[in-house]
Amino acid sequence: MSLKSNLHNLKERYKGKKMAPAFNAIHTFLYAPNETTHSGSHVRVVDDLKRTMNTVIMALVPVLLFGIFNAGYQHYAAVDAANGIIRQASIFGNFLTWENFIMGAWTVLPLVIVSYAVGLAVEFLFAVIKGHEVEEGYLVTGMLVPLIVPIDTPLWMLAVAVVFGVVIGKEVFGGTGMNILNPALTIRAFLFFAYPTWMSGDKVWVHQAVDLAGGPDAISGETVLGYLAQGKGAEMSYSISDMFFGFIPGSVGETSTILILLGGLFLIFSKIASWRIMVSAVAGALVMGLIFNGVVDAGWITETSKFYGLMSFAFWQHLIVGGLAFGIVYMATDPVTGAQTNRGKWFYGFFIGFISVLIRVFNPAYPEGVFLAILLMNVFAPTIDHYVIRGNIKRRMKRAKNATILPKDSEGKTQELKAETV
Amino acid sequence: MALLSKKDTSLILDPLADNNPITIQVLGICSALAITAELKASIVMAVSVMFVLGMGNVVISLMRNIIPSKIRIIVQLVVVAALVIMVDQVLKAFAYELSKTLSVFVGLIITNCIIMGRFEAFALANGPWRSFLDGIGNAAGYGLILVVIGFFRELLGSGTLLGFKVLGDPIEKTGLYSIGYENNGFMLLSPMALIVVGLIIWVQRSRNKALIEEN
Repeated sequence: MSLKSNLHNLKERYKGKKMAPAFNAIHTFLYAPNETTHSGSHVRVVDDLKRTMNTVIMALVPVLLFGIFNAGYQHYAAVDAANGIIRQASIFGNFLTWENFIMGAWTVLPLVIVSYAVGLAVEFLFAVIKGHEVEEGYLVTGMLVPLIVPIDTPLWMLAVAVVFGVVIGKEVFGGTGMNILNPALTIRAFLFFAYPTWMSGDKVWVHQAVDLAGGPDAISGETVLGYLAQGKGAEMSYSISDMFFGFIPGSVGETSTILILLGGLFLIFSKIASWRIMVSAVAGALVMGLIFNGVVDAGWITETSKFYGLMSFAFWQHLIVGGLAFGIVYMATDPVTGAQTNRGKWFYGFFIGFISVLIRVFNPAYPEGVFLAILLMNVFAPTIDHYVIRGNIKRRMKRAKNATILPKDSEGKTQELKAETV
Repeated sequence: MALLSKKDTSLILDPLADNNPITIQVLGICSALAITAELKASIVMAVSVMFVLGMGNVVISLMRNIIPSKIRIIVQLVVVAALVIMVDQVLKAFAYELSKTLSVFVGLIITNCIIMGRFEAFALANGPWRSFLDGIGNAAGYGLILVVIGFFRELLGSGTLLGFKVLGDPIEKTGLYSIGYENNGFMLLSPMALIVVGLIIWVQRSRNKALIEEN
């Protein structure tokens, strides 16, 4: 007997028991359920929630692998920099090395494991208490969370944040598909407000920088945005291609714009994520960037201003640094928390890009605003949809009112009715 | 004759749980979010509101037959304002630091919906003794929630209770801090107070099924 039929048999045996939801979760995770419908006609498709989630995870795997290598690379690059050696990133020379991989895996995989273990434990707990089936909603969240936190986030903090995010961000609203806020970003926001010292500064982006701080071997790695926010853009040694390929410090998975771009294309072609949101969010970011560049060009802001560094940053470069690309591709396109109507998606996406760059420039404490912008627009998404639908109803009512309905020809009445409808 | 009849007892005990002003009637949320970052401030606020609401209910109850109903709100405001100024002056005289922490929120007791609510709903229709009990009961229910929120916010946000470092010293890394624990800064922000109130309501409603509304 195969594992599949064994699981089907076990499912029958546990039916109605308290632990059934937890057991069924494992079953549905591995196989398509064997239930058949009994009434009506149904179309059977396999692109269920599980497959949707798995597709997103597939799009995230390259980013995760890059993040592992980059974690190691940034650590050794910072050690070199502390010794006065300037590293030039080269993919096969000093990036894809075993040394980087081992160092990266040793620091990134615990984040992944804690995220999944704690998050799924909370999901199972709620499923058993409330007696419903476990939904696959956490599969993507659990992968996103380790990718959007700094490398050295203490594991217990991550665990606390995951519990908070899953319970307050999702379960209180009724579980997967009912949440207003993106759970992964709720977790990120909780970490940011609860433990700001671990989420910003020039020490948290490189492995061991916090431990070594103040000692003779102190290392540091400021993000590109961090340099600009402090007006030290000239000291930065990262080239445009470094930023695009991702050889820069930052949260684990956010640095490599090219892999995120490929992941985004994959999601668009597999029709999982909305291209409207991605395109409009990019447009929004570019518009805001152009406005700031225009302000600088017009001379309204001088070099003495503390906003000069970020405002004078070329508008299109905003897209390849920080978490903007990652947020647009993997977070803004969340089908649950985003706008549902096609026209609404344009507005929703545009404001995400627009507000991200706005917060990024003006936030004095932390030069990044993607997660705040997406959370804000998550809250406004239902409002946007409401007005889009209202507008649609209005337009169609108008059309219905103005339409000429020709009655059937009958004796002598045609002329009369035609005159009425005009 | 017992000091408190059964009905009188329920006047005091009901607002503590099943008819709590904050968690059931959802009144007085504003101050519950604003001043609960420290336990001490919560306790002082609770005592102040208890004084104002207890005394105010008695005064309004005594005057209930001579207040013209058209101007009753203004009369109520005058009574609350007089009592609040007394509280404010006492705090400034004997606990200046604390009155600075509470700042404008002592004055804003006037706008606390619980107070006007009890005047309108109870004191205008009942005798002074029962009004006094009702005032004390509601203020106690309000204070209880304030103290619970203040307890968790101060403990988790600052690692202290009433100013004592119960979890160790965060700078010298003693106690819990020696193993890597850190204070949760989010707890000190008002949004987290709202979430704590929400959690209390959640726990209370899931324990008492009678409170769950049909929808």
